[in-house]
Amino acid sequence: MVLTNSIATFGRYCMFMRRVFSVPDKWKTFFSRTVFEVAKLGVDSIPLVIVISIFIGAVITIQMQLNVTSPLIPAYSVGLATRDIVLLEFSNSILCLILAGKVGSNIASEIGTMRVTEQIDALDIMGVNSANFLVLPKVVGFLFFMPVLVGFCIATSFLGGFMVALFTDIISVSRYTYGLQAMFNEWYVWYGFIKSLFFSFIISSVAAFFGYYVRGGALEVGKASTNAVVSSSILILLMDVVLTKLLLQ
Amino acid sequence: MIEVRNVTKSFDGKTILHDVSATFQSGKTNLIIGQSGSGKTVLLKSIVGLLRPEKGQILYDGRDIMGMNGEQIKDLRKEIGMLFQGSALFDSETVLGNVMFPLNMFTDMSQGEIRDRAQFCLERVNLNGAGDKYPSEISGGMQKRVAIARAIALNPKYLFCDEPNSGLDPRTSILIDELLSDITHEYNITTVINTHDMNSVLGIGENIVFINKGHREWVGDMKEIYRTDNEALNEFVFANQLFQDVKKYVLSHETAVRPQ
Ligand SMILES: Nc1ncnc2c1ncn2[C@@H]1O[C@H](COP(=O)(O)OP(=O)(O)OP(=O)(O)O)[C@@H](O)[C@H]1O
Ligand SMILES: [Mg+2]
Repeated sequence: MVLTNSIATFGRYCMFMRRVFSVPDKWKTFFSRTVFEVAKLGVDSIPLVIVISIFIGAVITIQMQLNVTSPLIPAYSVGLATRDIVLLEFSNSILCLILAGKVGSNIASEIGTMRVTEQIDALDIMGVNSANFLVLPKVVGFLFFMPVLVGFCIATSFLGGFMVALFTDIISVSRYTYGLQAMFNEWYVWYGFIKSLFFSFIISSVAAFFGYYVRGGALEVGKASTNAVVSSSILILLMDVVLTKLLLQ
Repeated sequence: MIEVRNVTKSFDGKTILHDVSATFQSGKTNLIIGQSGSGKTVLLKSIVGLLRPEKGQILYDGRDIMGMNGEQIKDLRKEIGMLFQGSALFDSETVLGNVMFPLNMFTDMSQGEIRDRAQFCLERVNLNGAGDKYPSEISGGMQKRVAIARAIALNPKYLFCDEPNSGLDPRTSILIDELLSDITHEYNITTVINTHDMNSVLGIGENIVFINKGHREWVGDMKEIYRTDNEALNEFVFANQLFQDVKKYVLSHETAVRPQ
């Protein structure tokens, strides 16, 4: 039962995506809406990303230093571990789980509200492809801005660790910066960016899907936005496993 | 002219519309009346293609919407304007933006021309000077009028209204009714209005289709409605003492007048 249900939902998701990825009715409107969505979904998320990253970067550094006290472990390991945790998981998977909460619920409730107040019907009646008109700018806009968010996340996480080194005597600045640069593997950066693109697509499209098919009223919009966040989080974690296996082995 | 032939629609095995047939004429205000839950909205949404009936034909001047593919429906919809039960204005756009929206999407007019046309439509519904407000900042009656302005922006051949005056005071209701009736005659639109407001029925009903529990029960105009012996219709239209008195008065004078 659960299996057939999820297959049916996946089928509907694919049909929905086919409607989303059709040629926009009017390119000019599409571009202006995309710019608007970049600002709303992307730029407005920067403060959140920065705050979270600074704190998590700082915490990782402190944790590493406090828990790894054995003299056998080389001095650069704290910076190195901070760097690799941030590059491999924090700046993409964890960041996207957080953004799924912020951006996903925003998209789902916005589109869901438009559905229950018949605004989507109004678009359809005018002859506009409502799925394409509403969702494609969000998907494209968020996809384009995702690398920027990841970049901010990486930079500010390192900054958070750096501030720990600078303002406390837990670890010295030179040890931390030396660790950050030790045994650097460039592929890790690309791996993070690639993963984040997949996750960004999951967040925006799954949330839009849940919002678009709301039936009922305000209560159902709330449920849809919760479901959207839960489903996209699970999908992100699944996708994380798959991509890690594919990209790092 | 829109012809509906033998339309049947059900949800989850429960039949809502039973073999409904009706004709809606151009240049006239056609009303669909019936109790709450009788299937008026379902019928209207079936006609415009938002719902798909299991059986039947829906002909727009001979073109059957049931046999059309996605592209053809999209083209047909450029001739359709619709007013939803809850106005359905776009929250993120101003009043003027709402009216300009269909013009922006479907015409190649310059921004100046679009603005002029939108302003003209807003003036037509007596809404000057509210163009910069957002839908949440204006009253329900104004929202209805903005929705009418948006629906007529592209000069539609067919106009559908789902309960245009539910939730409005009687005076505003009459204004909206008269507005719809004027627009219909002025531009020769095929207007179809869902309503359970008796003032509209007796005031602007040029062609009335009565739906009872999903069956088409009666067809006629606002004069004939006084003389009908259909029990369900009588019970529905002349439900309270006032309307019964009006009916007695009209029948004794044999000329239909609008109840004041
Ligand atoms: N999408 C749907 N799924 C299942 N049942 C539905 C759906 N839409 C309408 N119905 C059912 O169809 C019946 C008729 O509903 P409809 O909305 O057409 O009534 P109505 O005549 O417009 O009433 P009102 O005057 O209150 O708007 C109702 O019993 C409703 O439960
Ligand atoms: Mg209704």
